[in-house]
Amino acid sequence: MSIDYSKEFEMIAEVYKKTGGDEKALFDKKHGALIINENKVLGKNEIKGMRIEHQSLKNGVKVKIFVEEGIKIENPVHLCFGMLPKEGRQEIYSEFIIGKNAGVEFTAHCIFSNAKHIEHIMDSEVVIGENAEMSYTETHYHSESGGTFVYPKLRGEIKKGGRFFEEFKLTEGRAGTLNIDYEIDQDERSSCELLTKIYGKKDDRIEVRESLNLNGVYAAGTAKSRIVLTDNAFGNVLGEIKGNAAYTRGHVDCHEIVHGDGAKAVSTPKISVENSFARVTHEAAIGRISKKELETLMARGLTEEEAVDFIVRGLLR
Amino acid sequence: MIMRDRMLELRDVHYGTGDKEILKGIDLVIGESRIQSIIGVNGTGKTTLAAIIMGLNGYRPHRGRIFFKGRDITDLSITERAKLGITLAWQIPASFEGITVKEYLSIKKNFTAPEKALKLVGLNPNLYLNRVVDENLSGGERKRIELASVFSVKPKLVILDEPDSGIDMASITAIKKVIKNFKKMGTSVLLITHSERMAKVGDTVSLLCDGKIVKEGNVKEVTEFFRKYCRECDHIGEIEEEILK
Repeated sequence: MSIDYSKEFEMIAEVYKKTGGDEKALFDKKHGALIINENKVLGKNEIKGMRIEHQSLKNGVKVKIFVEEGIKIENPVHLCFGMLPKEGRQEIYSEFIIGKNAGVEFTAHCIFSNAKHIEHIMDSEVVIGENAEMSYTETHYHSESGGTFVYPKLRGEIKKGGRFFEEFKLTEGRAGTLNIDYEIDQDERSSCELLTKIYGKKDDRIEVRESLNLNGVYAAGTAKSRIVLTDNAFGNVLGEIKGNAAYTRGHVDCHEIVHGDGAKAVSTPKISVENSFARVTHEAAIGRISKKELETLMARGLTEEEAVDFIVRGLLR
Repeated sequence: MIMRDRMLELRDVHYGTGDKEILKGIDLVIGESRIQSIIGVNGTGKTTLAAIIMGLNGYRPHRGRIFFKGRDITDLSITERAKLGITLAWQIPASFEGITVKEYLSIKKNFTAPEKALKLVGLNPNLYLNRVVDENLSGGERKRIELASVFSVKPKLVILDEPDSGIDMASITAIKKVIKNFKKMGTSVLLITHSERMAKVGDTVSLLCDGKIVKEGNVKEVTEFFRKYCRECDHIGEIEEEILK
């Protein structure tokens, strides 16, 4: 593993561990790994069938990850994108090219735990080959300052029979300003599941757009989001699915909880079909935490605050 | 019954919404390790009574007081009452997205181990601990898990609101056994039901009609009265003195 054993690496590995990541996976040879702080690649580990190319930019890093045709990566590939300083800007331009019949699972951690004013731009392109599978779970750890400005953008293409699961989770620290923009094009018999879980507090502003274009026959996709907003947080979710071909199946599932008089939520499911054999459905709910759920837990001895935390923890798991 | 044996006591409890009076002067005493059934047809105030005793939001007596082990709890919150040892299992239990049965049964410190609580309600821990407490559980499973949750907090008094509604016969048999186990463990039970079969689990039964307890005492006597006069009831609020005699 070509690792720069700098203090930075150790520091980011330490934060990675504290935030729930398996830091041993950053060191061993069984796991593919890539560790970035600011615009520096602190370490990477390429495993058989997976290649990582990278180039440092003024404010970030350009990364290309290739998984070869027919290769099934056994262990999760760990990605760690961090900004240890309190202020700055990080731009990550990433490409994931997953070969035909390949399979890979990525576990990404984005760490801005010292942030006072950090901008993080994550601009990704994903191409999943025929009958290939890719899973990408991205967990964010932010400071409590609210000074994180995070803009994850993803454009994806899933080829015939390919499968993609993507989860974005931000439940630790303040969301700050967050603007998620995902759009995926799906070929025939492909499937995609987008899942977003965010806990907004104080004056956090959260915008989410999840969009699926079901272009090939029998393509299926779900765009699911769970957003909890407290204090004066604001959340706006657009779940969008277009059934453009016969026998496509899509479902938008958005659930936003507001807790606190100043919290505001907007949810817009936008569904359309261009083929009479396509079927796209949606469910969207905005509301307070159920009185019955709260009172059940309070009748077991929890305070209202403890009950709210318990319910939210489940909802955002 | 001497004062210290009284787990729960309601004295002249009145409650209503708007112009409608729902509870019209309830007097009720439940002793330690006793099962007290409250039977009544729909709309007589049974669930409201449960809510008043648990202290749910919006349910405070307009008149009268509630005592728990001699302490006046009328103005206490739900959590404060729960910490004293009172808990409630709803007729239709709540769902909790993303929460496993194990977590749900471990919400309080010093809880009964989830495995033990599940066994007590006749559920195999290996099959249920990692399931999520949501709509994927059947009505009977959810009811039993609710009872396990009640067990887990080791209450002194449990209020069971229609524990037999909407479930199969096998689950009803299991739930009756669970209620008797509460008693064996020293927990008092307020069993609210519209079923005379379930009411018979009680040591004593009170008949609630139009917000008043109109008859109480011997299980056989009260449940037979209920079967004869109340199941086809057409005189709520107009019980004639001769019938009650």
